[in-house]
Amino acid sequence: MASITAAGRRNPVSLRTPTWAWALPPVLILALGFLYPLALVVRQSFTPESLGETTTGASLTPYTEVFASTAFREALTTTVWLAVGATVGCLVLGFVLALVIAFVPFPGGKAVARFIDVFLSFPSFLITLALLFIYGSVGMANGAWTGVTGAAEGPFHFLTTPWGVLLAEITYFTPFVMRPLLAAFSQLDTAQLEVASSLGAGPLRIVRQVILPEALPALAAGGSLVLVLCLNEFGIVLFTGAKGVTTLPMLVYSKAILESDYPAACVVAVVNIVLSVGLYSLYRVVSRRAGA
Amino acid sequence: MLVHSRTGKWATWSAFALLFLPLFAVPLLVILAASLSTNWSGALPSGPTTTRYAAATSGDSLQALTTSLVTALCASVLALVLGSWAALAASALGRRGKRFLDALFMLPVAVPSVVVGLAVLVAFSRPPVLLNGTRWIVIIAHTVLVTAFAYQSVSAAARRLDPMYEQAAASLGASPGRVLWRVRLPLLLPSLTAAAGLCFALSMGELSATMMLYPPDWTPLPVQIFAATDRGSLFTGAALAVVLMGTTLLVLTAVSRIRTRASYR
Repeated sequence: MASITAAGRRNPVSLRTPTWAWALPPVLILALGFLYPLALVVRQSFTPESLGETTTGASLTPYTEVFASTAFREALTTTVWLAVGATVGCLVLGFVLALVIAFVPFPGGKAVARFIDVFLSFPSFLITLALLFIYGSVGMANGAWTGVTGAAEGPFHFLTTPWGVLLAEITYFTPFVMRPLLAAFSQLDTAQLEVASSLGAGPLRIVRQVILPEALPALAAGGSLVLVLCLNEFGIVLFTGAKGVTTLPMLVYSKAILESDYPAACVVAVVNIVLSVGLYSLYRVVSRRAGA
Repeated sequence: MLVHSRTGKWATWSAFALLFLPLFAVPLLVILAASLSTNWSGALPSGPTTTRYAAATSGDSLQALTTSLVTALCASVLALVLGSWAALAASALGRRGKRFLDALFMLPVAVPSVVVGLAVLVAFSRPPVLLNGTRWIVIIAHTVLVTAFAYQSVSAAARRLDPMYEQAAASLGASPGRVLWRVRLPLLLPSLTAAAGLCFALSMGELSATMMLYPPDWTPLPVQIFAATDRGSLFTGAALAVVLMGTTLLVLTAVSRIRTRASYR
């Protein structure tokens, strides 16, 4: 009896710390390590002085200067079309590959799915490194070509152009589309396919009218995630070593580290944040609708 | 079953192999093969050698490997504590509070890693906190970048957790701290170890933010790989990349063994 009243008395005491107070320490740490730096980037983008100096008044000069430069405009268009192109490529390729794994099962399909998980844990620049060996100026494709034809140099030079970046991005990010798709396919009732098939629908028609509508939420979620990741991709572009391919993250790096022009780097960073966070919010809404 | 005829199946499978193998398997195999050869200017590599591994596991490269391991370990432990604390605190909150924490902790995924690097560099190169040129600035950036994944993994698992267990424990007189330590955390252990593995792997391969702020005496392995390929020694870069992939896989396998043992509980 005494123990019950003791427990009864202890409970209100422990409830006196409100539940939201437990969320405060991690939020404060994140604010210090992430939000405060981010706020400083935004502030720096409005102050033309260099890093560390005292700042006086806000000014739009860094913005007007950066927006007027052709390097920035080119980087913006390159980033956007590369990201859109890579996303479309990943969606098509990921859909086809996931379709085969899920609905035309073969021995070793589980191993392939496992391999994709492992693939996701590797850094992106490994893909570019591998492509350098395959299609680089002294790589195996060009080497084989010059060996066979006796020409002075091989025909493959696309690696230092945006196409090389596009190929690497599609390769690296396709698994990000396949994972949610495979999860969605595993919940699809296969009886639907059997019924459609027994009613005389061909494979293409089943894919179009039965599987595709079911897969749309997963496709939308995976696609928007890949779009954001492509907009933010840096390692792949850095490793191609292409002077002609400049994306927004690459511009941030070269302005800040190579030119020490911090206000300009911060302006580009703010533009990149607005672009990516806007799309990411869209992704959150879409994936919540999809229940993913 | 989508394709019923035998020939149709084989046609689909060979199309799959034609797409899958060149795109996903060949790149990793090429890096592995290149790391073991002295020269690769024809269709096949030539001059098998293991000298690159001797170079890749000594001197600067060995130091880069330990740097990466220490950074990844620190960052994933910090991220795990921070992320799971936030996820558990969020699971006790109402709808709006949970949404706010979700948005806040997933934000670092949306912000480009290069920008996270720039932000940390700008913020900690000035008073009151001067960390520029120290290893801590790299560890802070990595922690910020991987915390989101720890948070996501743990909060998804906490949502699926059957509340019966903790209610039963609490009704038997266990204090909230005891319920957390003896009931919730053991039940969450599989997702915690999965999150730890993911955070570790991501931090091991992190290049974008690191390029912005690494000090000369704290060079992680990805930066070393970039330095090697940038000065044209692709084969050294390949050997370093294999070391990076091997170490990551080793740690992931070790971590997944913990998971299988814990899931029996």
